[in-house]
Amino acid sequence: MLRNMSRATRPASACLRAAASRSMAAPVRAFGTVETKTALPPPDAKFAPGTVYGGQHTITLIPGDGIGMEMATAVKTIFKAASVPVEWEQFDLSGYTKKDEGLLKEAMDSIRRNKVALKGILYTPVSRLGHSSLNVFLRKDLDIYASTSIIENLPGAWPTRHKNVNFAIIRENTEGEYSGLEHTPVPGVVESLKVVTRYKTERIAKYAFDFALKNGRKKVTAIHKANIMKLGDGLFLNVCREVAKKYESSGIQFNDMIVDNASMQLVSKPSQFDVIVCGNLYGNILSNVGAAIVGGPGIVPGANFGANYAVFEPGCRHVGKDIQGHNSANPTALLLSSIHMLRHLGLDEHANRISQALMKVIKESKVLTPDLGGSHSTTDFTLAVIGNL
Amino acid sequence: MFRTAFARAARQSAPLCRRRFASAAAEGAYTQDGKRIVTLIPGDGIGPEISKSVVEIFEAQGVPVVWESVDVYPILKDGKTTIPEDSLISINKNKVALKGPLATPIGKGHVSMNLTLRRTFDLFANVRPCKSIVGYKTPFDDVDTVLIRENTEGEYSGIEHVVVEGVVQSIKLITEEASRRCATYAFEYARAIGRGRVTVVHKANIQKLADGLFLSVAQEVAKDYPDIKLDDVLLDRVCLQIVQDPTKGWNNTVMVMPNLYGDILSDLCAGLIGGLGLTPSGNIGQKASIFESVHGTAPDIAGKDLANPTALLLSAVMMLRHIKMDAHADNIQRAVLKTIAEGKARTGDLGGKATNSAFTKEVIANLSKQ
Repeated sequence: MLRNMSRATRPASACLRAAASRSMAAPVRAFGTVETKTALPPPDAKFAPGTVYGGQHTITLIPGDGIGMEMATAVKTIFKAASVPVEWEQFDLSGYTKKDEGLLKEAMDSIRRNKVALKGILYTPVSRLGHSSLNVFLRKDLDIYASTSIIENLPGAWPTRHKNVNFAIIRENTEGEYSGLEHTPVPGVVESLKVVTRYKTERIAKYAFDFALKNGRKKVTAIHKANIMKLGDGLFLNVCREVAKKYESSGIQFNDMIVDNASMQLVSKPSQFDVIVCGNLYGNILSNVGAAIVGGPGIVPGANFGANYAVFEPGCRHVGKDIQGHNSANPTALLLSSIHMLRHLGLDEHANRISQALMKVIKESKVLTPDLGGSHSTTDFTLAVIGNL
Repeated sequence: MFRTAFARAARQSAPLCRRRFASAAAEGAYTQDGKRIVTLIPGDGIGPEISKSVVEIFEAQGVPVVWESVDVYPILKDGKTTIPEDSLISINKNKVALKGPLATPIGKGHVSMNLTLRRTFDLFANVRPCKSIVGYKTPFDDVDTVLIRENTEGEYSGIEHVVVEGVVQSIKLITEEASRRCATYAFEYARAIGRGRVTVVHKANIQKLADGLFLSVAQEVAKDYPDIKLDDVLLDRVCLQIVQDPTKGWNNTVMVMPNLYGDILSDLCAGLIGGLGLTPSGNIGQKASIFESVHGTAPDIAGKDLANPTALLLSAVMMLRHIKMDAHADNIQRAVLKTIAEGKARTGDLGGKATNSAFTKEVIANLSKQ
């Protein structure tokens, strides 16, 4: 009552601003494996718990194309063996088939209901006549704007080019080069629009700083090309600088780097990065460079957060159609993503248990898939994780 | 119907276009005794020192090249950034130039010098080879990539506007014409250096029209080069695979791509072999071609005889190949690489203690006598 009164006495514009900044507050969750977990969900998170009946969480599962089904099977098997209280609502969407409006709508409704989803990658054709990316559609439609992937050396025995790599890439997911706005004014001339907005930049920058705070990270680096795209990337950089000022008192450092230099630094001195915040395309590039220096896309987890929904998916977003059906893909990326999902659901005990089993298998490095130099199948790896539960 | 006829006609006239697309190797200016005249832009910072090193090594090797040294700095003419008249005349006449690093004055409203040169001479393709240097160890071995970057449009079109406060649109411009000459040059270059494959790097799954046009033009151009294979790969896949294992499929192809991707990927490849101090670069244009080192002016060590001239030397080697002086190019390149590999005269950036002049002397000593 008192609070209400005090709010009423404030000028309307201040109220609006306060409401706006509240609604933009990024729902940053704990994100990490057993070794790196440091954060707790913030009290101001607006996340409704989704669908929970008698302690059972219902989660939307979209296995995706390529190796997706094999990965999803591995995760489902491990979850079952670990008696995780999760029930799956599975939708076998595919980018290969014609857009199945009915199934797509059902899947979207399911995510909206459950708030949380685990997802593989859907194939996008290169052909100009082909449909636009379903992955991008899903991210935009749910406004899950903050893509988070963790690039980290795992304690396995495979050779990596660099040691001490551990950084996060926070990527704006809903605008930039992926706006999908293109046209042909005259034949032979194409314009493709990159859209950068203050609103979306502000919330991704805030998310990055909140993420750094919650996870005990020290530095945020904004990646841009503001020397060339003075307005677009200039806006991105300026907004990041503004947000950085607000976090100055919390001790998080801020610097910025031009994207071409960043990619060069990433392959020569990757340990200098802690949290990277960037636009859509640059995130796509850097997460792949990052994956390559720690052992490949098979071990990089990821998640997409919005104000209302969270969709967990592999951090590098490769369909993997070249190794589809060989039972040779590495399920670690999706499994780590699902461990992050369990933490997000507050099922920390289960998350720890699976994470410990997975890390044991990786540390021993006796059962590894071919991408990490091993000779075991997806099934062998899955069984090894289960054996260590 | 009409359009297919037009397309056919265009294809038939392609060989003609091809001759026109870049200044031919023999075009340019010569002295009376038949030596080739080349414009030298020493540049700022360490530029003059490393240029001197190139001049000395060329002299020792007896390259039939005469330098015409000019200063390039930004001047404003009718509100547009341009370069001094004498350098403009020199480069237009000689068709070939070697350039050290140039400083762009910050905050004076100048367009960057590199961009100005690119626009002035219509330098449409940027060639960036990256080869591991024996004697300078990085986590990546046996890198040998070649990348061609479209240089005039794409994300660097400079067309941007504020739609409403807080909303910016930046336009990436892809045209058939610019894509065609860039792709054509990639095929010509692949043929010239004996690589049987051209790889288009794109993001046509997302930018279906823009990158789609770039890709389809390359596929069309490929029909004129039956001896060279064409494939294409998504930008994110290249980033992943080239860092995972640069020797796996990237040592025998010429990559070609729109402007921004080329910018990022060329620096990424340079990172694999140890940075911009070791990579040459060539800008191929319709009116002239400019070869340059892409590192900065390094004002902290300028004038101290500490700089490493390798990038400019390798760019000069690239230039010699462009003007068909392959034997001289081979000998100088071999001497430079030998000097670094032996390790007696490495400069500070390569972990040695030698001065620039000691390095230069050693390169000259390593030139094999004809």
